[in-house]
Amino acid sequence: MRPAGRAETDSLYFDYPQFEAPADRARLDAPVPVAIVGAGPVGMTAALALAREGVASVLFDAKATFNDGSRAICIARQSYHILERLGAVAPFLEKSLGWTTGRSFYRGRQILEFEMPDSPREKYRPMYNIEQQYIEQFLWEAIEREPLIETRWQSEVTGVEDMDGGVTLSVRDPHGSYRLRADWLLAADGARSAVRGLRGLRLKGENYEGRYVIADVQMDHDYPTIRRALFDPDCRRGGTVLVHRQPDNIWRIDYQLRDGEDEAEAIAEANVRASVAAVLAELGYTGTWELEWWSIYSANTLALDDYRDGRVFFIGDSAHIVPIFGVRGLNNGLADAQNVAWKLARVIDGKAGEALLDSYSPERRGATLDVFANASKSARFMTPPTPGWQLMRDAALSLALSHPFAGELANPRQMTPYTYADSPIVSPDDPGFPSGPVPGAPLPEARVGSGYLSDLLGPGFTLLSIGADLGDGLVGDDLTVVALQPGSEAAEMLGAGPGAAYLVRPDSHIAARWMHPTPALVRAALQRSIGGGRR
Amino acid sequence: MTPGEVETVYEALATTLDSVEASRRELFLAKLALLLAHDIADTGRVRRRIDEAARNLDV
Repeated sequence: MRPAGRAETDSLYFDYPQFEAPADRARLDAPVPVAIVGAGPVGMTAALALAREGVASVLFDAKATFNDGSRAICIARQSYHILERLGAVAPFLEKSLGWTTGRSFYRGRQILEFEMPDSPREKYRPMYNIEQQYIEQFLWEAIEREPLIETRWQSEVTGVEDMDGGVTLSVRDPHGSYRLRADWLLAADGARSAVRGLRGLRLKGENYEGRYVIADVQMDHDYPTIRRALFDPDCRRGGTVLVHRQPDNIWRIDYQLRDGEDEAEAIAEANVRASVAAVLAELGYTGTWELEWWSIYSANTLALDDYRDGRVFFIGDSAHIVPIFGVRGLNNGLADAQNVAWKLARVIDGKAGEALLDSYSPERRGATLDVFANASKSARFMTPPTPGWQLMRDAALSLALSHPFAGELANPRQMTPYTYADSPIVSPDDPGFPSGPVPGAPLPEARVGSGYLSDLLGPGFTLLSIGADLGDGLVGDDLTVVALQPGSEAAEMLGAGPGAAYLVRPDSHIAARWMHPTPALVRAALQRSIGGGRR
Repeated sequence: MTPGEVETVYEALATTLDSVEASRRELFLAKLALLLAHDIADTGRVRRRIDEAARNLDV
């Protein structure tokens, strides 16, 4: 919502583009290999990831511009690695605000300062704040440079019918309606996914106590990019307030509504202004500010039972809704897009069988359930659901004023990348390794020469050889072999002595590792990684 | 702990509970429980004590 007198996309700092429906009506009904419904961050990332593999796609979006309702602001380190592999990370690095620190306060007194894991061996910071409009704009600029992606705005998908080896989409835009065939469909159309409805599927899970108003304000507030959580502050007794800095002097303020507080009244402009003013007073800010936008939010953990439905894959919010506290909504959506893209591309060009696609749902739904477990803990601390949780939360906060160990209970422990431990395409671990990432885990970062380990990864699979003697027989069009020095920082991060090797997937997760690899072992793991192995 | 030591703790708890505002007694006891649990540093033992303390509350 926007203040009275301002149109829906009339922003203080961002010019929303206006996109037209396709004017050229010829060949709109031509078949496409991949259709993607929803040109938000997740849909655009999927299109870019497919294009990088040489696969053409058509993006459909019912709107005429970027999202105004959805407002992700935190992009995690792992997502910057994804954006880098899409060739899109540069404008993000320039615009966003990296951060590592969070502070929690109880009744105005600081009870916790936490640092997210960071070190000089990391190429990217653990978290970056940037408005979703810029996320979409920067991805869109990359899409405009990409001839393999066609985008159709103001184009609503109104039907999805199964057919042999594909689906038929019905599409309606301001000029008319048409049907086209797609071999595969990616549904990236968000929390209220139309495709999900058309397929007769429903999200299942839990709703949590606690409703929050989220408001963006513009002000010259002098405070570093540090996430602040205010528990039981004077400005909102019994509630929780979150404060995040964003680029362009925009500040995100989330404040919890009291039990019984009427939603319609809470989101009336005058009440939002009064509530925001009270928060700013609590923060010690006395200058002028302008209200940019606000909305209301409640925490849910909802997911589809299966993210695949025949030829249709659900990616991002269409497949799962997670509470904001874990900052995994957008970040998990980007990982979904990357995961399905590398697999689908290999099936489409015949390098892998369709069995590879069966690994998408277990891997990415597993990541969602992991987020649920963590986010549920955060949600219970932020907004205790019952008297018991409330008492213990208050006891922890009160104790934290004098005993820091209790303040750690307020640590949100955000963004631990998920390990695909139970994936059907990940190989069993070699028990000989003393340390390092297990198969299924993301590849850790390390400095190599003047760059980073992630810079050395090939376009497809990568074999990291720590002085392993594997001959020349392994180089193929989907495998890049990278030699690492024994004793180097990278070798140490991998817990890898001389002769060891790691096989890394196109999404930078570990597929397999060996203390003593042989070409036959590597070939078998590669085969398994593309869905061809046996359990 | 000798019976005398237990009695000392018992008395300190009683007088402190009386000095705490009635609406804050639960909070005080919950804080104390967390603090003592942290000192004991034995999750299994603390959980057994939680179960034991929950018994016979209506007798």
